[in-house]
Parts: sequence; structure tokens; C-alpha cells
Amino acid sequence: MARSLFEKIWDRHVIARRAGQCLLYVDRHLVHDGGFHAMNNLAKRGLKVRRPQNTFGTPDHYVPSVSRNPADAPTAEIRRMVETYSTNMKRNAVPHVEIDDARQGIVHIVGPEQGLTLPGMVLVCGDSHTSTHGALGALAFGIGQSENEHVLATQTLWQSPQKTMRISIDGVRPKGVSAKDVILAVIAKIGAAGAVGHVVEYAGSAVRAMSIEERLTLCNMSIEAGARAGMVAPDDSTFQYLSGRPFAPEDFDQAVAFWKTLPTDAGAVFDKEVSLDAAALEPMVTWGTSPENALPISGVVPAKPERALDYMGLTAGMKLSDIKIDRVFIGSCTNSRIEDLRAAAAIAKGRKAKVPAMVVPGSGLVKKQAEAEGLDKVFREAGFEWRHAGCSMCVGMNGDLGKPQERIASTSNRNFEGRQGQGARTHLMSPAMAAAAAVQGYLTDVRKIS
Amino acid sequence: MAEKFTRFTAVAAPYDPVNVDTDQIIPARFLKAPRENGYGGFLFHDARERPDFFLNHPVFGKAKILVANTNFGCGSSREGAPYAFHDAGFRSVIAPSFGDIFFNNCMKNGIVPVRLEEKICLSIREYLKHHAGTELTVDLQANRVTTPVGTFEFAVPPFFREMLLEGVDEIGLTLSLLPQIEAFEKDYAASMPWLAPLS
Repeated sequence: MARSLFEKIWDRHVIARRAGQCLLYVDRHLVHDGGFHAMNNLAKRGLKVRRPQNTFGTPDHYVPSVSRNPADAPTAEIRRMVETYSTNMKRNAVPHVEIDDARQGIVHIVGPEQGLTLPGMVLVCGDSHTSTHGALGALAFGIGQSENEHVLATQTLWQSPQKTMRISIDGVRPKGVSAKDVILAVIAKIGAAGAVGHVVEYAGSAVRAMSIEERLTLCNMSIEAGARAGMVAPDDSTFQYLSGRPFAPEDFDQAVAFWKTLPTDAGAVFDKEVSLDAAALEPMVTWGTSPENALPISGVVPAKPERALDYMGLTAGMKLSDIKIDRVFIGSCTNSRIEDLRAAAAIAKGRKAKVPAMVVPGSGLVKKQAEAEGLDKVFREAGFEWRHAGCSMCVGMNGDLGKPQERIASTSNRNFEGRQGQGARTHLMSPAMAAAAAVQGYLTDVRKIS
Repeated sequence: MAEKFTRFTAVAAPYDPVNVDTDQIIPARFLKAPRENGYGGFLFHDARERPDFFLNHPVFGKAKILVANTNFGCGSSREGAPYAFHDAGFRSVIAPSFGDIFFNNCMKNGIVPVRLEEKICLSIREYLKHHAGTELTVDLQANRVTTPVGTFEFAVPPFFREMLLEGVDEIGLTLSLLPQIEAFEKDYAASMPWLAPLS
């Protein structure tokens, strides 16, 4: 029977079945400094990590972005989170990086970058944006701390079989339209609950044409449409991306031969099919407090929901391009890879930021690469701050927070109330659009700048 | 260790917004708190600043069941969200749909997420607004919710229902399958010799 990419991976990982649930084997468990409840509970049971060789850690949520010294954390509690992470990793002999390692970074940047994420794997992490890793043809999803503890103790997870959805995106993206714009358009189309209970496979010529980094951005925000996971079938771009990565298989050809069996068979049936024309897309921005509140930059603020307008301090009917911003954040697991920084730097180059702007690379290695290309210099000359890798102002857990009513143009993934600081107002957009907003001081159509 | 749940009767509060995310349920800055100190005070911490928020209501503020709207608990995987509900005394949330991770996290924390049709949730919320203090009963044994507007069947995955009804420890259960897990791992590794362990 014809099977989808998801079904092939799922079937390969079922150890046992019981009362409608499948016990799945977990190939990779990525852990970070937010996972202390799971580690504490595991220790309380007198257990240690059962398979440290399937586990990898990097600190990201709580690390300061101003330096690589935990002592620079703004409070003792935040500092303690980074230190507790380190203690837990060592106690359990989990392969990991520390804050001062060049390979440190946001867990969803580090996994693909290090070749920890491979096609055909089941990969989990205590973070909802684990859907990112599906870009390489893995089944990757976020879990809670009780599930983390279960994986640490058993290397398995009880899961309900998921429904499947295929989102086919065809056509050629117009200039100025990035992967971020594509996923914002998908979420606007199907809604924040549009894919609840589903694993999404992104297909179509526009997806095939995307670089791996673009696919990572696409899959990253699957959770913002409610999807359990997002995935893209592995192809030559995937294999090229993985070749030579530190944890890529040594016998790479043998691995590729297996990976080539993974793509969805012709005739496989999905529970739901959605399609989108990439050629009709424009650069997008969000105006409200859910990622589904996204519109082309040429649009106007809608009348509903009122609660969102009230929180965002906006009036129905005003042009999105008339919205003045106070601050810019370029970073997060959605948009902090080298291609993102190049796109932002291309707009910042030779211009000056009119508002405070910060760039937080996704990993130490992205930072290093950007510096080798002189992007840090471009950003600094344009008045942008150049920081160290971590989640930073996407979620503010390290203390990088917006102020009440401060309006932030952000390349992150969530515009929820209070997400970037209590009362802070978030507009989501692509790296180039965020850089354009920085140099104009308004939400700006990047096509009018470049 | 799973907390047992069979049947729960309590005052219910209505909460209308769709897409209530876990950042609303518990802002991220509270997630570093030790669990021993309790998470109840963090529940909807910032949303409570609105005077008309349900937890500020003299009657709904004492509710231990929430009747909410579509896609409740979307967003972040933070288990602090069900910790906060649990430690504030809530044992059930009723909504047309839930964020998948929140749904799973609830069941691991002795909270039963009940999915009922949108129009049923709406009619329960409307009734509650006009009859503050109304109690609902969530009966997991019978898969049934009893409300003044009707009695409704619901379903949680049977595996997790069993865990909740019996208070089974899921990790203990899985570890009892260790020989089967080990046999799987051996076959799996043999079929993919190129997949080297991390070190």
C-alpha cells in the first residue's frame, strides 16, 4: 500500500501497541536548559538517562546574549538555570555543549547544523518548535516535561497515531518573498488551529526549490498552525546539506540509499490536502496576537478581533505600512541561520537603524560564519547590536525583554500577548522585512527598499 | 506517578477567547520556579490584570473546571501550564479543541481535557454566565460530562484513560516492557549500521 513519508517513519519506530497507542522508539532526544523538571523527576526516581548516546544537549533558553558568561545573566535564578543544565548533563553523561562552546546555540539550529537531525528519525525535544527538524525528513515534535522524563528513562514515547495533511505549494516565489512569508501565508490561510491533530508534509515545486535553511523556517512554524509536526521529503538538497556534518553517518552512501526510500509514495492518501500558489504571495506581517493574524504588507488592519487590536494598540483600517515601530529583533529558531542574517544584512548595509535593533545568531557557528563574511560589521555600522547565540528575545527567558507597549518588529514565531515581555507588542516578519523596518522606523515593504 | 482521576464535580467558569496560548496560561518568566512551591499563583498571571477576567469574578474565581473555546492551550510545550491549573485546583478543562502538546501534558498531570462540539461548549458557557456557581461533573469512568444543558459523551485516548482511572505510573509500565524495547533496539541498530551512537 502506498504510504506517506510520515507513515513510513512511524511504522519503522513502533515497538508495541496498547489501547490505541503506539510505543515509539526515539532516535534522538535533544535537551536544553529549560528541561530541569524532567531531570529532577528522573533523579527523584533514582534513574539516570537510559541512553545518553541518543541524547544531546545545548543551553539556549536562559543563556545571556551579551556574553558567554552565565554570571552576566540578569538575575541569580536565570544564572542558576544555565548552571543546573550543566550539572544535569554531566551527572547523566549526556553528550552536550556548554555555553562557551562555538557549537552552542538554539537547539533547533544546532540539531541540523551538527547533523544530529537525520532523515527517517523520530526526534523529540521539550520545545514546541521541534517541528523545525522535519525539514530534513525526520518526524520531529515537541513534548512536555513528563514526556521528556519518559524518553530519558526509556528512550521511547507512547503516542497516538496522527492524521496527515499535505500542503502543496507550487509556483515561483516573487522577489522579496521568503520562506517566512510562505509559512505566515499558510497559517493565515488554514488558521492557528488548522492543522491540530495532524502531521503536515510540505510538498510542491516551491518547497523543492527551497534551500534546507528555508525549509527549516517553513517547518519551524508548523506548530503555529497547530500541527504536531511539519516535514519535507528528503532529496538531493537534503543529502548535500548533511554531507560532512559532524554527526552525519560515516557510511554516507549507505545512509543515502535508505533515505531515498522515505519520500511519500505516489498514490498515498492524506486526511487533508491544502494548496497554495507561491507566485501570488507578498511579504507578510502579523498585526494581532495570533500568528494567524497575518496579512500582506500592502494590507490594512482589520476590524476583528477587537481584543487583539486593543492589545496591539491599533485602529481598524490603518495601513500596515503606517505602523511605527520601537524596536527590532532578528533571531530565534525561525530565522537566525546564516541565510537569514545575509538577507537582513543586505538591507541594513549602508543604512542606519532608526530604532534600537539587535541581531542574535542562532548558534556560535552561525555567528562565526557571519563574522567571516563581515556581516557583523555591516550590522554594527548600521547601528544594530551584535549579540551571542540563544533564544533571547523570542521568549525573553534570559531577560532580553521588550517593555510594556513597546512595538517590536521581530523575526521570531509568536506574537502572543506578553510573549516578548509583559505588554510588549510583536509584529512577526522575515529577516529582510525586519531589517527594512529597522532602517525606516515603520513596517515597510522590503521590495521598496532593495 | 500519575494522579488518579475517576469523577470530578466542581463549579465551572466560562472563558470565551479562541486560541488561548500557554504563554497566557503561564508567562515564561515563571517557568524556572521549583515545582515544590506550587504553580497555582502563576495561572493566567498577567491576564488577571484585566478586571473583568474570570478569575477576578467572586464566583468564577473559585471555579475548578474551565469551559473554554477552540484551540485551547496552543503554542509552547511548557508543562508549567497544566502545573498551574493543577496547583490552582483545576482537574478538567472543556473545549472544542486543544493544542496537541497541552492536551497530552494535561493527562500526565491528573487533568482531564474534555473535547465537546463547539456549539455545546458555547451553550455551556452561555448557561454558566447566566447561572454563576453552577457545578459540572466530569466522569471519566462513564466518559460523560453532566451539565445543566445536557449530558455529553466524550473520549480521551483509551490508553491514557486507563492510566488516569488506575493511577498507573507510565514510566513504570514502559520499563516493564524493557526486554521488548531492547530487542527492538538490537534489530533497529542491525538494520541501520551507519547510524552511529553519539559520544
